[in-house]
Amino acid sequence: MTVKRHDGRKADEIRPMTAKVGVVPNADGSAMFSFGKTVAIAAVYGPRHLHPQFMQNPSTGILRVNYDLLSFSVAERKKPGPSRRSKEISKVTEWALAPAVNLEEFPNTVVDVEIYILQADASTRVAGINAAAMALAHAGIPMKTLVSAVAAGKLDKELIVDVDKEEEDFREGEGATDFPAAKLSGRDEFSLLQLDGKIQPELVPKALEMISSACEKVYEVQKKALKDFIENPEGGNGK
Amino acid sequence: MSSMDVTNLSRNYFRKMFAEGKRFDGRSNFDLKEVQIEYNISNKAEGSARVRLGKTEVVAGVKLETGAPYPDSLDKGNLMVSGDLLPLASPRFESGPPGFDAIELPRLIDRELRESGAIDFKKLCIKEGENVWTIIVDIYPINDDGALIDASSIAAIAALKNAKLPGLNEEGKVDYSREFGEKIPLNEDIIPISFTFYKLGESLILHPTREEEEACEAKITFGISKWNGQYMVNSCQKGGKATFSGKEIAKIMEILPEKYEEIIKNLGNLLK
Repeated sequence: MTVKRHDGRKADEIRPMTAKVGVVPNADGSAMFSFGKTVAIAAVYGPRHLHPQFMQNPSTGILRVNYDLLSFSVAERKKPGPSRRSKEISKVTEWALAPAVNLEEFPNTVVDVEIYILQADASTRVAGINAAAMALAHAGIPMKTLVSAVAAGKLDKELIVDVDKEEEDFREGEGATDFPAAKLSGRDEFSLLQLDGKIQPELVPKALEMISSACEKVYEVQKKALKDFIENPEGGNGK
Repeated sequence: MSSMDVTNLSRNYFRKMFAEGKRFDGRSNFDLKEVQIEYNISNKAEGSARVRLGKTEVVAGVKLETGAPYPDSLDKGNLMVSGDLLPLASPRFESGPPGFDAIELPRLIDRELRESGAIDFKKLCIKEGENVWTIIVDIYPINDDGALIDASSIAAIAALKNAKLPGLNEEGKVDYSREFGEKIPLNEDIIPISFTFYKLGESLILHPTREEEEACEAKITFGISKWNGQYMVNSCQKGGKATFSGKEIAKIMEILPEKYEEIIKNLGNLLK
């Protein structure tokens, strides 16, 4: 069985990806990542002094993530400022990135990760995670590995990867399932798992396999952007 | 017992116990807590229920309002899930703006209810394009002894099953002096329930006590229901800094339908 996707993609085909490091020159680390028309940018500041003081942890530095949509990034203008949705995504993104970084050498400090969506065509949180992981590496934060993320989905009975907005709004048969996930690159460790929709339990492991192979492709794109930057730092916006 | 962070000593002890399939209250890792439901706990609510899951206690109430539909769903009613982690229920909860847990809980229940198809949104339309019902489910923990999300998911569907539509006046607004009408439109066969698996070391457990929950390093919540005779996972959210392997998720997917049937059986006629 093959799925007919509105843009002609195969079930396991990701939209064209672009990635670039050093897009916010004054940040300690920064990157952009896009899945087709979904564009995310991320900047990293730190390790730096943590305020408020009561949040300080004498045994390790902490990661603090903020994710949001820019007000004009969606069809209906998004009211600026944090929403319940963005607070939830910020927190799950923090949990998605935290297992990959090692901040024990920086007690009492914070590493701030700021993620903003410039243009939204679904899969924004996973694009944000991909950009943030690259920005952390660019900032020189000690990491075990990168984090790569993609949203799997299910349209009626068919599993797909990299869901766009039109697919997210699919309503026929069993409807649309959105299944964003992040993995520590090269390991069997999922650090983000969210899901909305209707999916048979026995299909979940199959979806995870599709996510794993898609994440490998994402990882290659992230790695290449980081290598390109090292080989030619002025090729980006510099740092 | 007042609130205190779990010490490394107890965390290590829990880790060892869970690895051996043991728990302080005599249950093994996936044994559920005893569940009880009580209806009509507040007579001003359109529907209400109290759920006890072991020592954890949650109340949920349903209120209904009418109003204009959303522009993208002119022939459908709406659902709103809210709630708060009252300082009443735990020394860990503080008054003030909602923290992450207080934001997450209603959002998880909202998604699980909405995606399962338990509510017939089309039947909540009073006059297309003009007037529709909005169901508001408010959830409050009364005593937090762990597994709040799982207890809340049962309380939410119980309160919904208990709810009736209030009377309307000529302008199509709720009028409590009039007689209540029918039950709210639900797809009777769809009963969404959430299960949160907690992870410590390599072990997974279900229905933790507060102490167990605090010792764990990660959690993952799955909302499950039955739709057209098939089990359907409707929602999922992972929390905490540790990760889950593909194998662990596959194992959870095997256990999930069994545990769902177990709780439905335990509830028997209580959730009809």
